[in-house]
Amino acid sequence: MYDGGKIIAGIIIFLAFATFPFYSNIGKADIKPPKPSLDTPVIKELAVKKCVEPKEYMRANHMQLLIDWRDAALREGKRIYINSRGEEVFISLQNTCMKCHSNKKKFCDECHSYANVDPYCWDCHFAKAKQEEQR
Amino acid sequence: MLEKALQGGKRYWTLIFILLGLAGAGFFTYLYQLKEGLGITGMSRDVSWGFYVSQFTFLVGVAASAVMLVIPYYLHNYKKFSKIVILGEFLAVSAVTMCLLFIFVDMGQPMRIFNVILHPTPNSILFWDAIVLNGYLLLNIIIGWNTLQADLKEVPPPKWVKPLIYLSIPWAVSIHTVTAFIYAGLPGRDFWLTAIMAARFLASAFAGGPALLIILAMIIRKYTKFDPGREPIQAVAKIVTYAMVANFFFILLELFTALYSNIPGHILPFKYLFFGIDGHMKLVPLMWLSIFLAIFAIALLVWPPTRRNETTLLFACIIAFISLWIDKGFGLVIGGFVPNPFERVFEYWPTLPELIITIGVYAVGFLVLTVLYKVAISVREQQLS
Amino acid sequence: MSVNRREFLKYAGLTCIGIGVGGAQLFVTRAKAFSGYTPTNYGLKAKRWAMVIDLRKFEHEEDYKKVIEACHSIHNVPDFGNPKDEIKWIWTEDFEHSFPYQMNHYVPKEVEEKPVLLLCNHCEHAPCTRVCPTKATFKRPDGITAQDYHRCIGCRFCMAACPYGARSFNWRDPRPYIKHINPEFPTRMPGVVEKCNFCVERIETGKKPACVEASEGKMLFGDLADPESEIRRYLDEHFSIRRKPHLGTQPAVFYIIGGE
Repeated sequence: MYDGGKIIAGIIIFLAFATFPFYSNIGKADIKPPKPSLDTPVIKELAVKKCVEPKEYMRANHMQLLIDWRDAALREGKRIYINSRGEEVFISLQNTCMKCHSNKKKFCDECHSYANVDPYCWDCHFAKAKQEEQR
Repeated sequence: MLEKALQGGKRYWTLIFILLGLAGAGFFTYLYQLKEGLGITGMSRDVSWGFYVSQFTFLVGVAASAVMLVIPYYLHNYKKFSKIVILGEFLAVSAVTMCLLFIFVDMGQPMRIFNVILHPTPNSILFWDAIVLNGYLLLNIIIGWNTLQADLKEVPPPKWVKPLIYLSIPWAVSIHTVTAFIYAGLPGRDFWLTAIMAARFLASAFAGGPALLIILAMIIRKYTKFDPGREPIQAVAKIVTYAMVANFFFILLELFTALYSNIPGHILPFKYLFFGIDGHMKLVPLMWLSIFLAIFAIALLVWPPTRRNETTLLFACIIAFISLWIDKGFGLVIGGFVPNPFERVFEYWPTLPELIITIGVYAVGFLVLTVLYKVAISVREQQLS
Repeated sequence: MSVNRREFLKYAGLTCIGIGVGGAQLFVTRAKAFSGYTPTNYGLKAKRWAMVIDLRKFEHEEDYKKVIEACHSIHNVPDFGNPKDEIKWIWTEDFEHSFPYQMNHYVPKEVEEKPVLLLCNHCEHAPCTRVCPTKATFKRPDGITAQDYHRCIGCRFCMAACPYGARSFNWRDPRPYIKHINPEFPTRMPGVVEKCNFCVERIETGKKPACVEASEGKMLFGDLADPESEIRRYLDEHFSIRRKPHLGTQPAVFYIIGGE
């Protein structure tokens, strides 16, 4: 093998970089699975505790739903969403979603932080600002 | 072939590391811009495009100019260009790389760049510009690399390269035409609203690019064993001369239409650029410098003895390049925004971070150029021995 | 079994394609629970929204201020306090600079000195939507020139294209510069272009634009395509002008300058 030393050194450096995410997180595995909280005043007062779509669907697809909502409301002028139960929902992240889920930190961020995703919704939209700001 | 870029002398590596350092400085300043927003530049609500877009516009011209070597060699069988066509093609690769980077650093939301492809919009000139620029980059990489590799192996280039070379000729014209259309089709900007814009762009491109090539050829001759040769340089000098004259002529045409028609919207940008409006005259010295350098360069280029003398030719090429850079890399874009749609004057001047990022992008471009030229020159040197 | 290099590469390539196709399928077959989208049934409707600004009725500085304040506070428009970073949806400019092509030296003094309210013209042939490379700004069927901040890449081609200086860019993060936040409406993020949206969010929920409401009759809003509409009647009776009509953009904002 030509330049064996250099090649082996190169492989070691490469491995050191490639495995960085693994060894840098060693010992941090005690992070608990996320438990998004539904404990908000508005949700408590709801007679039927149901989101716009079934829980399982929302858990898996809320991001796509929000994107569809966004395009329907903003680009097509269709501001009403008719859900699978046939109910009409006014499309608005700030004024519909966050009205119930006013606890962004304990609801949205709980999973987002766990999954290490950082959606930029709140760069523009308020997380029910009135209550958040008062705190 | 790329391994030749790893075998260089001390001077080569010094240059590489200087360029890497500048690119790094630009990169870190860009991170700062990414965090703070484009507010760290001199751009404003009124002058919403500045240095980045100007450099992009100018460099599209440099990229397009490769065709001035391709046409004589491949269409007119002008054999003397056989050794230096590659310099033009690799210059184009470097210039287009810079163009794309300048567009990127100018964007407010660069993470969304793929929206241009995700939501293709054929009525937007920028959409077409993205297509032609990337296409031209690809064409020149493929053509340059394959012809050079064939040279190295002392065989004729593969047959399928020929059609690509022919395609690259109209394609080169297209990149600068499309770039001119970005400006020339906007109803509210009288300074840009001129049918001659694309022609003027091409003329200045075919002057500036080849002038830079002559400068580069002379540097190569001085520091390497590869001599591009006197005759090809003289031939390129004639191209620069014609294009310089044509470009100057086009500017005079613009002036005639604006001044003789006496339409305020067409006069005011020229007035701002060359005389200033209400004491706002940041660009005035630069614009006059550009004009004087252009006249001086044309004089040196047109008069045969100074064109044939390589020292004066080099000087003429340098001042021609500076003149064209001021005209297109600064005045053309800013002049379109001043005065603003309310005929008020709000001036622009680049900030320090903006300049560092600009230099950083240029450093990346010259890094690409250095590496590619190193490969090309190594092949040529090998042919000599 | 011996595998030579060529074969290895072949199989490796095929494996990659397989994984790619499988992944793509996962993506496509994602469940869809929805049933439909529809406009509100209480929104205002028109074929071509337009505005008339009767400048004769604007008398005091207060009249302008109220209108601008109404818009900027509702839409969380920041105030940077400097012209470089400035963001504005509706603002005032003197007559000469509002109508640079229509100015002569002999207009009545009260016209010459009267500020003009400027905003996006929601042009029928909008140059900004023509140049946008991502359809982030687009024409709605009702004539409104809308701006999708989610899609805008911040290239600012639209700002170069707009002949009316109606567009502002978020050079910096606007949030710290918003005096009173309206929690019902989003802000913008740095790096996108914004402008007047003709209060589309209000129209679609049955309200007239905020500026029109705050003007108390000095500004009118309605359907230009309906000959019976209030603004059409008003335009029939009063001579109106528009900004830079020679550009063929067909602005939807009409100004009434003088006369009875």
